[in-house]
Amino acid sequence: MTKYKAQIALLIALALSLGVSLASSQIDEYFLDILLNVGINVTLAVSLNLVNGHTGQFSLGHAGFMAVGAYGASIVTLQMGQQLTPVFGGGAFGSAITFLIALLVGGLCAALSGWMVGVPSLRLKGDYLAIVTLGFNEIIRVVLTNTSGDGPFGGALGLKGIPSYTSFFWVFGVAAVSIYVVSCMVNSTYGRGFLAVRDDEIAAEAMGVNTVRYKVIAFVLGAFFAGLAGGLYAHLRTTISPEGFNFLKSVDVVVMVILGGMGSTPGVVAAAILLTFLNEKLRDFEQYRMIVFSLILIVMMIVRPQGLLPATMFQKKGGKGA
Amino acid sequence: MQQFLQQLLNGLFLGSIYALIALGYTMVYGVLRFINFAHGDVFMLGAFAGLYLNKWLAPALASFPWPVSALVVLLISMALCALLGIIIEYLAYRPLRSRPKLNVLITAIGVSLLLEYSGQLVFGATQQPFPLLIPKSNVAGLGGLTVTNVQVIVLVTAFALMLGLRFIVMGTRLGLAMRALSLNPTACALMGVNNSVVISFTFGLGSALAAAGGILYASLYPSIEPFMGILPGLKAFVAAVLGGIGNIPGAALGGLIIGVVETLVAGYSQALGIPSGYKEGVAFVILILILIFKPSGLLGKVEREKV
Repeated sequence: MTKYKAQIALLIALALSLGVSLASSQIDEYFLDILLNVGINVTLAVSLNLVNGHTGQFSLGHAGFMAVGAYGASIVTLQMGQQLTPVFGGGAFGSAITFLIALLVGGLCAALSGWMVGVPSLRLKGDYLAIVTLGFNEIIRVVLTNTSGDGPFGGALGLKGIPSYTSFFWVFGVAAVSIYVVSCMVNSTYGRGFLAVRDDEIAAEAMGVNTVRYKVIAFVLGAFFAGLAGGLYAHLRTTISPEGFNFLKSVDVVVMVILGGMGSTPGVVAAAILLTFLNEKLRDFEQYRMIVFSLILIVMMIVRPQGLLPATMFQKKGGKGA
Repeated sequence: MQQFLQQLLNGLFLGSIYALIALGYTMVYGVLRFINFAHGDVFMLGAFAGLYLNKWLAPALASFPWPVSALVVLLISMALCALLGIIIEYLAYRPLRSRPKLNVLITAIGVSLLLEYSGQLVFGATQQPFPLLIPKSNVAGLGGLTVTNVQVIVLVTAFALMLGLRFIVMGTRLGLAMRALSLNPTACALMGVNNSVVISFTFGLGSALAAAGGILYASLYPSIEPFMGILPGLKAFVAAVLGGIGNIPGAALGGLIIGVVETLVAGYSQALGIPSGYKEGVAFVILILILIFKPSGLLGKVEREKV
């Protein structure tokens, strides 16, 4: 029974999200909106944590994967939504299945772009990797901005009128699944691989760990969940534009990971929740928001680089070995 | 052919500015092995310093001919930004000297954002016109090419500054110390060099060049705003990597190449019917290509990683 702890936890989380979702008309709309943003940010933070924290590949381009997912999902719902919904019985169930398909398409496109970013970045370390991922983010943004305004991508003005399918169930369902997948991976042989790559790549290669494989897996999986988050984001906001997925959005997610503690899933979840609420509180002081964020980055790095809830807090202390 | 030469020339002017900024990146990397993300924002602050200095000193400088007032504004903003660079290094990077590289990189991003958003707070987010330090006129076109005197002065100033830098690095004791520090910091300290002073000096020098780049860029494209430093900063970084990071002539070469390629892409994309917005992505494509095919850069030497 206890062998399936993680799976049971996941099912409980999904059931709870469904329950809350069905009762969501009782929740204040403004608060619900904040909660939905929290869920999306949790997914983003956990997915970036896999790449930055567990595998040690400092990626600054997460918003690019989010953009690919957002556009992918939106194009499916906008262009094919009308045809798909009746196929699955129409009504709420039909649109739910359409949304699921749209999200998965967005996620898969994002995963593909994650693969395309990961492969050339294999030989790069630290600063170079950061700039190249930033570069890919910029390339994705530039390409999206320069598409034709009348075409399916909407050009610089982006897409609007996206049906608002996002609900509590979807957001927290995806967040729960992402936490489940990342936690399970990290506690498996894949996780050993990721940590080996992070701690000392040359030693890992010398020990026969296929660093290429683990880096690519980390990028692809991280990008997949970022894509799902992007799809959810698009169907929450109902309008998206390339500008919303620029470097600053990537930095938002990076701040969550740094604040929470790189490599610590509870830490980044806590940080995502904290920062989403902080964002809302500072909405009236928009000009100060980024100044506060940048000061958080600088001060955290000088004073407490391991983050608020570092990974070491949750690791079992090794005893004298057998 | 005519158009090609015109675009080439325009690219050269832009490239000389990228070269100035790239020099700052490459010097700091050579000495500290770290990429100063905030460099592009010092460029922006240099431009704003020029704007405000011109406003405040205008009555005092009115009696002098324009070359003198332009030079005064340039030199004072360079000095101010050099000081700023030294302060940033002291507050944000020095405490992290012994920490892993990743932490310093994140701090640099934090500093960059801090400068940009503080700039937005202080200067306002709207574009501001940059004063004409140099009265504009067209230089007699050589065979039909249009060149303004501003562009010529920008090019000449940029090259003068680069030659000045070369003199400092090659011909002075501080320059010798900088080169020694980039080779082996421990040995340098053992030889009696005060590493901290040399590092501060390097930062100051790089920031001064960035400030000069900012004023020259604002003279070419006289509309400045607090986020103007992001893209030129990134492109200058690519230029530094292209030329071989840590290599000073390489940075200059890289800057010129990026400037020329970007202008050619912008110019010819219109002829080919693709939107000219793609020129922003050119620098990143070049970065990815150079990192795949020749990661040490055009003029750089391959650094083998020792375990």
